[in-house]
Amino acid sequence: MGKFMQGYLDEQFMELEELQDDANPNFVEEVAASYFKDSARLINNIDQALRRGPLDFNRLDSYMHQFKGSSTSIGASKVKTECTMFREYCRAGNAEGCLRTFQELKKEHATLRKKLEHYFQVQASDQLCVINQLQNMC
Amino acid sequence: MAGEIPNLAESKLTALVVDDNLVNQMMHHKLLDRLGIRNDVVCNGQEAVDAHCSGRNYDLILMDMEMPIMNGIQATKRLREMGIESKIAGVTTRAEEEERKEFMEAGLNDFQEKPLTISKLVSILHNLDFYVQT
Repeated sequence: MGKFMQGYLDEQFMELEELQDDANPNFVEEVAASYFKDSARLINNIDQALRRGPLDFNRLDSYMHQFKGSSTSIGASKVKTECTMFREYCRAGNAEGCLRTFQELKKEHATLRKKLEHYFQVQASDQLCVINQLQNMC
Repeated sequence: MAGEIPNLAESKLTALVVDDNLVNQMMHHKLLDRLGIRNDVVCNGQEAVDAHCSGRNYDLILMDMEMPIMNGIQATKRLREMGIESKIAGVTTRAEEEERKEFMEAGLNDFQEKPLTISKLVSILHNLDFYVQT
């Protein structure tokens, strides 16, 4: 995975990579795509819920439970940490804490997205190099 | 990931993944595939019950706890009431003792914390006598 992703992804991401095989050569990228599609929906829902007053902490907690679940499954460690903090603020009924943590979560999520996009581009480029080398050998 | 991944294709085991989260569905489906276990995926407890009502049956059910429409506890209870004897393993991020106890008492045979990995799934299969670890 390399130093580039360290801190952003934990060993669960390596579990995903272990599942990738010839039958599903793009499995990790497909899972990542599903994660970002799903998390974008959740971010939108949470955004809207945070704009309504008074805050429905149960609903917010429920959205964040889903977000944390997905983030845990893909190995998104920093995003997961922010999800956990957000849920603690929900349980404490701390609106300011929720708002502040949500901003951090969105930043970490956006950073992870960029890093993974770059990671998959590099992987695709590496694979192309290997193919070219093999073709040159023939 | 330590150890060899067993191939259980010859045992012709079947499994049902019950989870509302798309990422988890993809992962659990792939995990089972990798072990050679044919599997279906449904999105909540009600769909799991409907699948069985339509005549489908599975050796193993991986049941998430928190799902819309019908959660894992309700679905497990309903399946047992229907006389379904499949092995049901609860998989959830909610691992507080009380919640785990309630889930087990609904009729589970085993329990694992998410996220599932190959080794956790092998552990489930071993605990439920589908696979003997050497």
